[in-house]
Amino acid sequence: MIDFSYTIWILLIPLIVFVGTGLTGNRFKPIVTGIIGTTGLGINFLLAVITAYKYFFVLGKVGGAFQKVLGFNMTWLHLTDKLHIDIGVLLDPISVMMLIVITTVSFMVHIYSLGYMKGEKGFARFFSILSLFSFSMLGLVIATNIFQMYIFWELVGVSSFLLIGFYYEKDSAVAASKKAFIVTRFADLGFLIGILLLSYMTGTFDFITLTGPNSPAFTSGQGIMFLGMSTMTWSMLFIFMGGAGKSAMFPLHIWLPDAMEGPTPVSALIHAATMVVAGVYLVARMFPIFHHEQSGLEIVAWVGGFTSLFAAVIACTQYDIKRVLAYSTMSQIGMMMLALGVSGYGGEEGLGYMASMFHLFTHAFFKALLFLGAGAIIHSVHSNYMNEMGGLRKYLPITHATFLIACLAIAGIPPFAGFFSKDEILVAAFHHNKVLFAMSYLVAGMTAFYMFRLYFNVFWGKDQHYHHTPHEAPATMTVPLIVLAIGSTFAGFIPFSKLVTSDSVPFETHTEWGIAIPAVFIALVGIGIATMLYMRKSETSKKISIALGGFYTAAFNKFYIDQVYLFITKKILFNYVSRPIAWFDRHIVDGAMNQIAFVTNVASDKIKGFQSGQLQQYALAFVSGVIGLALLFIYLLTN
Amino acid sequence: MFEGVPIHWFLVLSTVMFFIGIYGFLVRKNLITMLMSIELILNSVCINFVAFNKILYPGHLEGMYFTLFIIAVAAAEASVAIAIIINIYRRLVNIDVENMNEMKY
Repeated sequence: MIDFSYTIWILLIPLIVFVGTGLTGNRFKPIVTGIIGTTGLGINFLLAVITAYKYFFVLGKVGGAFQKVLGFNMTWLHLTDKLHIDIGVLLDPISVMMLIVITTVSFMVHIYSLGYMKGEKGFARFFSILSLFSFSMLGLVIATNIFQMYIFWELVGVSSFLLIGFYYEKDSAVAASKKAFIVTRFADLGFLIGILLLSYMTGTFDFITLTGPNSPAFTSGQGIMFLGMSTMTWSMLFIFMGGAGKSAMFPLHIWLPDAMEGPTPVSALIHAATMVVAGVYLVARMFPIFHHEQSGLEIVAWVGGFTSLFAAVIACTQYDIKRVLAYSTMSQIGMMMLALGVSGYGGEEGLGYMASMFHLFTHAFFKALLFLGAGAIIHSVHSNYMNEMGGLRKYLPITHATFLIACLAIAGIPPFAGFFSKDEILVAAFHHNKVLFAMSYLVAGMTAFYMFRLYFNVFWGKDQHYHHTPHEAPATMTVPLIVLAIGSTFAGFIPFSKLVTSDSVPFETHTEWGIAIPAVFIALVGIGIATMLYMRKSETSKKISIALGGFYTAAFNKFYIDQVYLFITKKILFNYVSRPIAWFDRHIVDGAMNQIAFVTNVASDKIKGFQSGQLQQYALAFVSGVIGLALLFIYLLTN
Repeated sequence: MFEGVPIHWFLVLSTVMFFIGIYGFLVRKNLITMLMSIELILNSVCINFVAFNKILYPGHLEGMYFTLFIIAVAAAEASVAIAIIINIYRRLVNIDVENMNEMKY
């Protein structure tokens, strides 16, 4: 047995860095904090790589499957002998994979931020919160039980809130951070209810027990039905609600596009590569139970499929490059959810599961790359809008090359990473449900279209009037781009099905050309249309958008979901729920308290005359009391 | 000396002294007089102690010692009380108890 107890340092290092730099950040030059944070993450990255190597290759398979290993465990809250909340490190294929993803992207983002955030007010604050985020996210993925996961889940939400609102002097950033926090918090309420239901029925929080072959979740909670679904299905749906909130699934997605108000490295780290896939990770973590509750899994698949299509349509119409990427992220996460939803359990049946994790892995690389590239573009042009850009390939050669690689990867062109993972998703969907397959196939085409619409608008076409000549980003920014580009190119060649599978038993996959060729074909079609419309600035795209009429306007306005939310909250909730509650609070709750205080006040006014300050009055009262008592005793004793 | 005096004579005496003391404490306005009333109350108690000791437990001395202690404590108390009264006099230039009504709500 190999000792994995050092893995606790993966958690402790960012925590120490956060506390240390957070408390002393103002005493040093800002760059010192940046370097400390980056070094800490660098060490973490090495630890994660060592752990992955030891887990997959030294420990390897025991009895044909990768085992779940408790690297570290301690009881934190001892509720009953059976029910206790632990804090620990759980290593299994998906958590080790997530360690790699998080530390790699986070490390790259740290380096990138050294250049991108240079000279910003709050540079030190930025880096210490970035460490807090890394700590929480790592704690989330290595959680040994669902309660630990929930704790870190909330911590991730807090750090996301702090980073979206980093430019707290901008009203829009403050509004966006509040929106993100409230929407995800609302979803987390569902998560909490789900946890309580689940632990009530099974009597445990522990992942190893819950997802093991003899899980108590398979037997309990089946008899009690509510609205046609068993209690266990309901608890899974509530847990999925939490995941949907964090992963920006429809209809809880509204916070993600607004979250782009944060600095671009934050968008790359939190809102593209790591935090938003927490929902996918959660479903994957609970997968055996989800799989047991088929109706719950069905909902996961449809929510994922719908979101991916919905977001892809909106992404085709947006002009803010970060928003295009945000909707693209939603769409890709929808694909991952869909893949989980169509997956079976065990061996080749679990292809969807493996595809989902694979896509999560590759997506982290190319989406982080896209965001960091977008950051480099914004850095040089000082604008977020693609119609104010054009012809940038001459000025930003490295950004251009890496961005192109990322676009090819996300579009699913071989041999880039996205091709392999997307292909597996399509295969899994094809064998499960033809409608979902059609949706994801369509999404694959649209992904290629909107990514290349973005690409051509930014890098090709005519030069715009820039304030100053755009210049290539400094080396601190280009090096992460190159590293991530290498990842986006080669990550697809990792034999994922031999490492990460639903029941940890490796299996062989082979490219199904019957699906891969049409998939590449539709991606090429998407790219082709984008090339025709946008390589040279032409009026054709405008004509098409006018021809589409109402549908285009609706998509451009994000299908008015925000307005629906505003209507529901402002008009309905505020008027018909909050106002009566406020009235009740003011008049009934406060009123009762005021009444009590009023009575006390009047009574004390009346009786304070007893305390006159006249010594002899007191003495008289005292003597009469004594005499009264004496008479009482005499009376009692003589009877 | 008091051979043959029945016990209730002593008790009547002490009760009368006790209530005279109570009356004086409640009615007189002069602090010194009130202090004297307290001494009367204490002395009535002392008489009770001595009488009970003499008649109920002739061979014992506890009641006598108790009385001695009460006298000592009363002396100490009187000295403290007089010190307080002198301070009050310095402040208010009289020692009428009705003027001392500042210690209230």
